[in-house]
Amino acid sequence: MKKKLLGFMMAMTMVVSLAACGGSSNSGAAADKTDAAAETTEEATEEASEEPVAEGVDVTAIKVGQICVEDENSGYDAAHIEGLATAMKNLGMDPATQLTLVVDIPEDETCYDTAVDEAEGGCGIIFSDSYGHQTYMQQAASEYADVTFVACTGDMAAPSGLANLKNIFPHTYESRYVSGVVAGMKLKEMMDAGIVTDPYVGYVGAYPYAEVVSGYSAFFLGVRSIVPDAHMDVQFTNSWYDPTAEGAAAEALISKGCSIISQHADSTGAPSAVQAAHDNGKEVYCVGYNIDMRAVAPDVALTSAQNNWSVLYEHMLKCYIDGTEIPTDFSAGINEDAVMISELGDACAEGTAEAVEAAWAGIKDGSIKVFDTASFTVQPTDNGSYAVDADGHLTSAFALDSDGDWVNDNGEAIMDGAFVESQLRSAPYFSLDIDGITKLN
Amino acid sequence: MSHIKSGHEPLIRIAKRDAIAKPKAIMIRAIAVLLSLVVSGVFIFAITGLNPIRVYEVMVEGAFGTSRRSWVTIRDTMMLFCIAIGLAPAYKMKFWNIGAEGQVLIGGICTAGLMRALGSSMPTPLLLVVMACASLLGGCLWGIIPAIFKAEWHTNETLFTLMMNYVAIQLTSYCVSLWENPFGSNSVGIINQQTQGGWFPKIFGQAVSLNVIIVLTLAIGMHIYLTYSKQGYEIAVVGDSVNTARYAGINVKAVTIRTMAVSGAICGLAGFIAVAGASHTISTSTAGGQGFTAIIVAWLAQFNSAIMGLIALLLVSLQKGAIQIASQFKLNNYASNVITGIILFFILGSEFFINFRLILRGKKGGEEK
Repeated sequence: MKKKLLGFMMAMTMVVSLAACGGSSNSGAAADKTDAAAETTEEATEEASEEPVAEGVDVTAIKVGQICVEDENSGYDAAHIEGLATAMKNLGMDPATQLTLVVDIPEDETCYDTAVDEAEGGCGIIFSDSYGHQTYMQQAASEYADVTFVACTGDMAAPSGLANLKNIFPHTYESRYVSGVVAGMKLKEMMDAGIVTDPYVGYVGAYPYAEVVSGYSAFFLGVRSIVPDAHMDVQFTNSWYDPTAEGAAAEALISKGCSIISQHADSTGAPSAVQAAHDNGKEVYCVGYNIDMRAVAPDVALTSAQNNWSVLYEHMLKCYIDGTEIPTDFSAGINEDAVMISELGDACAEGTAEAVEAAWAGIKDGSIKVFDTASFTVQPTDNGSYAVDADGHLTSAFALDSDGDWVNDNGEAIMDGAFVESQLRSAPYFSLDIDGITKLN
Repeated sequence: MSHIKSGHEPLIRIAKRDAIAKPKAIMIRAIAVLLSLVVSGVFIFAITGLNPIRVYEVMVEGAFGTSRRSWVTIRDTMMLFCIAIGLAPAYKMKFWNIGAEGQVLIGGICTAGLMRALGSSMPTPLLLVVMACASLLGGCLWGIIPAIFKAEWHTNETLFTLMMNYVAIQLTSYCVSLWENPFGSNSVGIINQQTQGGWFPKIFGQAVSLNVIIVLTLAIGMHIYLTYSKQGYEIAVVGDSVNTARYAGINVKAVTIRTMAVSGAICGLAGFIAVAGASHTISTSTAGGQGFTAIIVAWLAQFNSAIMGLIALLLVSLQKGAIQIASQFKLNNYASNVITGIILFFILGSEFFINFRLILRGKKGGEEK
């Protein structure tokens, strides 16, 4: 009897504990899902009212595919999902019926399977949103010659030689620079008030890719345009989306004495950590990425660098619809409204709006060059990939060295006294270590 | 204890079954699966208002809607099945091998490294053999290390195998940064994309055929090994009682190490299949948590090869269907996790009714649900 009872109790414990495990993860999931369902229906009703603008071609017959690495809970992917939907609506297409959106596709063969599945399902143009998807998009492109594959943020379209593989990327370095100006204004205010003596900035980066290096260098140069002796530390998380690691990196940077934390990683981990530190009496602020961070960091969020992906999506779709040649690499910046920064937070310093205005105007008319060789120095190198003058200013640099053989693949990057970003290909290629920035890992 | 009977007989008593007839066990499981579908259906309808039947239809379409989808489902099933086959002997011996994830990765690293190095110089059939052997050895080594420590110094194999996973993940990260292509991308990319050197060749016009052939052969082999061989019997005895095994003159140390060598080697081979037969690249997500999912597969099937295959197929189809309903109904992927959770819960729960029976008050040894 005792033994049976014991057996029963053990079985029940097991069942209950299983139920508990299942239950906890399920309830959160259910909430997420209802949110998602509510959001998409809202979008769908909006779309229904749009008039299709037919221009000789029946745009309503075109099917579009989209592959995202996370779902709409990630700011980065939300920007892509919204960007493509907006572009389609602008061109008279109905995302509810013409778009096959697949989310949570990891950067592995699942991406290839999905791309091929969408191609077989009739999609004529397929977009993927994460860098790591591109090798699988390339594989799919080589097998489906009549379908156009666009690997957003990728860099292999031109080198692959495939006519149906494309890359797009906005001039994120422009919005990074301007968000750096916002940070610089705040830093200057804190220094003027005597709260901060060391102009020390921290940056949470995802991977040590050119995309990230270009972004933080532009941000740093924006800060330095206001506070010339600023210096910055970069902590990498080795993940595009890891709220815990991003929060921990921000905390580490704050404890080292950073007064401003910016990020190139897709979660709200860093802003949340900055808000928590601020709540504990630390004088520290943050600049986000992709989404307005004021929702999670109301007292410390200054602004966020943002991309308006719809501009790029729309251009590619339009070329596809019109039957004109789709550019292998397409990039656009502030002049095309492809980049922006989010609304300034309450914590921003006096005069920030004017400084932002001036920076945008300068970038638009070309009087401000983000990577002006006069504004930064680098240490000399003996590998030949770049050359500097006696003061450490660049005189020439490789634009691209995709195979790491120290031979320039794609022309000279220094033109008219500046490193020209995003012109020789759409994806960023500025990957120099400039003085004043320290990589912590 | 007899006074319990007087007065307060509980409404329901639970008694261990001595044995259960096969058809009855199957019936209980079938009822469980049906019930789980009903409950999931109610859940789907309550939360989303969608017709559950339609949702199930779309799930099936997602897994088997086109011949390509079916083959992808089969390919991923074979991968999970292969790891479960690898885990079966270890678990039968009650050696808690949580390290399949790492063993798969090591097999994957061996395969990817050789594929990169020899892809253009060695003919593919020979290269496949070389890569298979290397991955078997790699996985074997990764399995044997914790087994030796357990046999010689009684270390805790659960923690040891688990921690070996992290070593394997770090090694993979290292190899990825060593082999990255394009330079600076921190990913290896598809290896030999042009030449397809070292990729599984198409057999009968199907790229996945070799995966199926290898895994089904392993499954049959493992079934024979565990059920009919002397070594399989030794594994069962050690698993039931180490003392009995000693008394019977079984060298427990040798059996432990030998079994983990087999277990690790098969998991390593799963890494070979993952790299050469599916992804053609290596990353820290090559094993993708399947080393852990396979534990559920092995246990649910009680190490029966055929049932392991069925459960692997069920889990993979659910996952493929999940992606499809997420896309088609704009449901978050979590929705499908919930459905998978409900179905697994019922299947696990049915094991209770197979092992125990409920006796209502007043009935002597009465029937139960």
